[in-house]
Amino acid sequence: MTDQLSGDGLASGRPVPFPRPGKWQRSTVTEIRTETPTAKTFRLALTEPVPYLAGQHFIVRLTAPDGYRAQRSYSVASAPDDSGQIELTVERLPDGEVSSFLHDVVVVGDDLEVRGPIGGWFIWPGDTPAVLIGGGSGVVPLMAMLRLARRNGRADLLRLVVSVRDPASLCYASELPGPQTTIVYTRRTPASWPRPAGRLRPGDLPAPLPAGATGYVCGSAGFADAATAVLCEAGMPVQDIRAERFGPTG
Amino acid sequence: MTFTRGFRGRRERDPRLPPGQYDVGSDWPVLTAEATPTLSTATWTFGIEGLVEKPATWTWDEIRALPTSDYAGDIHCVTTWSKLGVSFRGVSVDTLLEVARPLPSASYVLATSHTGYTTNLPLDDVTGGKAWVVWEFEGRPLAAQHGGPARLLVPHLYFWKSAKWVSGLRLLDHDEPGFWERNGYHDRGDPWLEQRYQGD
Repeated sequence: MTDQLSGDGLASGRPVPFPRPGKWQRSTVTEIRTETPTAKTFRLALTEPVPYLAGQHFIVRLTAPDGYRAQRSYSVASAPDDSGQIELTVERLPDGEVSSFLHDVVVVGDDLEVRGPIGGWFIWPGDTPAVLIGGGSGVVPLMAMLRLARRNGRADLLRLVVSVRDPASLCYASELPGPQTTIVYTRRTPASWPRPAGRLRPGDLPAPLPAGATGYVCGSAGFADAATAVLCEAGMPVQDIRAERFGPTG
Repeated sequence: MTFTRGFRGRRERDPRLPPGQYDVGSDWPVLTAEATPTLSTATWTFGIEGLVEKPATWTWDEIRALPTSDYAGDIHCVTTWSKLGVSFRGVSVDTLLEVARPLPSASYVLATSHTGYTTNLPLDDVTGGKAWVVWEFEGRPLAAQHGGPARLLVPHLYFWKSAKWVSGLRLLDHDEPGFWERNGYHDRGDPWLEQRYQGD
């Protein structure tokens, strides 16, 4: 199916079969964890568990008594497993209609309508080398990949670079560190951190880049473009880079 | 209908918003799967090929010399934002197809981009004043991150159909799924019918 793309952008990597979105279903919030002052993780038990791949996302839909609806997509942070539960990490956005509601109103035991999994491009099949670069809450789908790799004993396949403003902005702070991960602080570092605060640069990436690696870049549009440029500068062909950009509103 | 405990929705509903969409206001989110390319207008081309009487290619200067056509209205992204009351300037796809002259067997198009991106549409959705190749947004050159120097504009469908960095149209007698369509998104993508994903 990718013939028409051969030798061109978007062609990189073998096609991976991926699960398609199922129907809207009810889920129940079983746990809420605070990741940062502006990010919470919601663990949802699905009434109809569906398979998904690391990197895919789900839609959450809210319905008001008068039928008004609002829906947004959120990346899954948990590695695929057979628990029938998924974890969505939601960044609270200023003026975000859905994210504010999830942060301020939803409690354990509430039901939420969800649909997924969505997306067949920004997915990691679990057995290919990859360089992951996340900005801020752009780490969320990459965390699903890292968790999957670690659980399967294949963390050697991944290198994860996370860029955050300061230590308080780091999601999964206790779980992220490891030989596969690099944390870049752009504004303020923890005490005695070896790297001064500053934007992501090629020297922050593993050198040399793993042979045949695919790049997965996730974050704001500005971050994604900057991180793509850094990956290219470090020697990754642009057609091997997959980007997932967050819009500025939500 | 399943109601969400405690949710009221706080916005007045603008009748221009299709179901499940919200008004993004002055922002214009950037959502693309690939890196933003830098395309020079010196080498840029747009072509029509496939089931046409006369395959045609336009350079940047040639396409800019065609009669311009404007769109003023709304655009809707499948990720649920809509942008209301925007304006684009470019050339109507009708003007381009008048030159290439579709064969009677042509019923679908595959829009292609200089990045390799593709998206499929029924021919009827890009004819009759419903589609443009545009290079201006709100009176200014279209920025590269939004598909500049020129993108397809098919505003009555979800915006992934409006291929950024468009390089041409291939006319076909069958529907051939494009990039997002192979990746789970709907083949037509009518926002008023909420045709977001395959099977909707």
